[in-house]
Amino acid sequence: MYLGIDIGSTSTKAALIDGKANLVAQKVVNIGTGTNGLELVLAELLHEAGLTMEDVVYTVATGYGRLLCDVADKQITEISCHAKGVSYLVSGTGTIIDIGGQDSKVIRLDPLGRVANFAMNEKCAAGTGRFLEVMGRVLGCKLDELSDLAGASTREIQISSVCTVFAESEVISQLSMGTRREDVAKGALVSIAKRVAGLCKRVGVEPKVVMTGGVALNKNMVEAMSRELKEDVQAAPYTQAVGAIGAALFAMEAAEKKENNNG
Amino acid sequence: MDDDKKLTSKDFLNQLVAKHYEGALQAKAEGKPVVWATSICPQELLETMDLATVYPENHAAAIGARKGALEFIENAEGKGYSSDNCSYARVNLGYADIQKAEAQDIPMPDLLFCCSNICNTVIKWYENLSKTLQIPLILFDMPFNHTYEVPEHSIRYMRGQIEYAIGQLEDFTKRKFDYDKFGEVMELSNATCEWWKKATDWAKVIPSPLNGFDMFNYMAMIVCMRGNADGHRLFKMWHDELEAKAKAGLGPWNSAEEQYRVMWDGIACWPHLSTTFKALKKYGINMVTSTYPDSWNVRYEKNDLSGMAKAYASNYANRNLDYDEDNVVRLVKDFSLDGIVYHSNRSCKLMDFRQYEIQRRVEAATGIPSVVFDGDQTDPRAFSEAQYETRIQALVEMMEENKEARRKG
Ligand code: SF4
Repeated sequence: MYLGIDIGSTSTKAALIDGKANLVAQKVVNIGTGTNGLELVLAELLHEAGLTMEDVVYTVATGYGRLLCDVADKQITEISCHAKGVSYLVSGTGTIIDIGGQDSKVIRLDPLGRVANFAMNEKCAAGTGRFLEVMGRVLGCKLDELSDLAGASTREIQISSVCTVFAESEVISQLSMGTRREDVAKGALVSIAKRVAGLCKRVGVEPKVVMTGGVALNKNMVEAMSRELKEDVQAAPYTQAVGAIGAALFAMEAAEKKENNNG
Repeated sequence: MDDDKKLTSKDFLNQLVAKHYEGALQAKAEGKPVVWATSICPQELLETMDLATVYPENHAAAIGARKGALEFIENAEGKGYSSDNCSYARVNLGYADIQKAEAQDIPMPDLLFCCSNICNTVIKWYENLSKTLQIPLILFDMPFNHTYEVPEHSIRYMRGQIEYAIGQLEDFTKRKFDYDKFGEVMELSNATCEWWKKATDWAKVIPSPLNGFDMFNYMAMIVCMRGNADGHRLFKMWHDELEAKAKAGLGPWNSAEEQYRVMWDGIACWPHLSTTFKALKKYGINMVTSTYPDSWNVRYEKNDLSGMAKAYASNYANRNLDYDEDNVVRLVKDFSLDGIVYHSNRSCKLMDFRQYEIQRRVEAATGIPSVVFDGDQTDPRAFSEAQYETRIQALVEMMEENKEARRKG
């Protein structure tokens, strides 16, 4: 068995694959680096698979917490792991959009599924999951309710500030002027989509476009992204665990390489 | 001669840095005038006039590297300078007010000498100094070159300003400008620049005998000592050491081997110099070049004033996008680069503005991978170690894929 672990800023993910690259199990817990998320996710994962750590031959860690993960044999960045995971799950992917808690990234793949170029949001929280969290707080709803709320929007409003702090006060003043929550929620999604579309243009968009990360569970977000890019955008299967799955695939390759070198 | 054998260029560099600042402080103490000047200005005029000169950009970098920048930055911001201003400017404007730095003191200026061939920020920065300190400013206005080659009118404009500045310096010092000495200084400056360029060119050898972060250190002296005999000796010495290392097949470090060769685009992150260096070295990445070797390759024939004007007008930062693209593509080939690290420097709008487009074009032309990271040359607040590390590791993964593909044919 090969284990992939993805320790992000707000969640921890793990995946197991067998020697034939079949996905055996994957798990997500919604607490990130610096917590006991890793223990929790591993316990759940192994329990579901009916296995123990003894069965694991090789482990690769990714995500911002990867360098502090001592159960791992190797660390690989989330950029390479997302590319690997998505190529495995959705063949023919050209572009990956990953909106994470702290940062967003766009990865362009070459025809062999390798990273050709990537860009990440720099400097601030605009265009990240953090922005949505703040919006959710102002609107008094959970992150996963934001999508449905936006789905009920009848009028598109513009949130013009890119800065999360400014956008927050902009939204508060919209609400106090009587703008419906649904329309504000939609505005927030469109605002992120616009920011991320800017990143996409920097690396160049190649179809198929696949979204990963927790934010991709929000189907109105995926739609907003698609509209901004004027391209079909789909959410990856196991969208939150894509990085962990990629890491597990790298674990398998690394173990095979090691074996070849030894034998 | 005996001393010369024992002295390494690094020792000599440290001696010269100390001598440079002590000399300027001493001049001030003796009542001689002191000049503050921008980094790529026609220093030949100041050297000819024998004027003690310090370079605020160098000084700010030194303060930044010794982790002392924030005090000055906060002072400048407190006076109303936006945090979007260049942090060299903020450190220096703060220093002009506080006038004391643990890292390094410099004497206050009596004359300002500013050349806008590096950016427009320096114009307002020096104007503000001039107004606040009530001292004269000699300004070389060097408009951006929108055409590929530096146009003839720009060269004539620069030449005119050099001639005019000579008169201004005569008025300021109440001394005649010595044209014979000027010729000697020109000759020496060119020779020093030639050694600087030749030294940094040794990094073309694989493995490179030069650790590029050392270049950042030597750079301080090509800014302020290219017109004198000490500077000339230093760069020749450094060159000879690198030549010997290259011929012995020695790489950049004793403790690790060079595995990847990259270019660093932009200024160093002085407050995080060791963090940024170590993260590269950990993966065997050697920064073998940047755009700086050419920035101080200021070359022209002795006594050719138009040639000198052209050399200063031709600074890389002042050239158009097509020129920049060709320049970087050439570096990729000449230095056998595996990748590029772009420092998106919050301070330097001029350098950042072109960065994404250069990255896109260079990638298309050469196929080598690159990453952009956020930082700042002296403001310690604009850098995240984890973000940097992730980008560098991702670059390694891309470079490794390329190597693997090449191995497989
Ligand atoms: S860092 Fe950039 S903005 Fe600052 S002085 Fe240098 S060229 Fe100008």
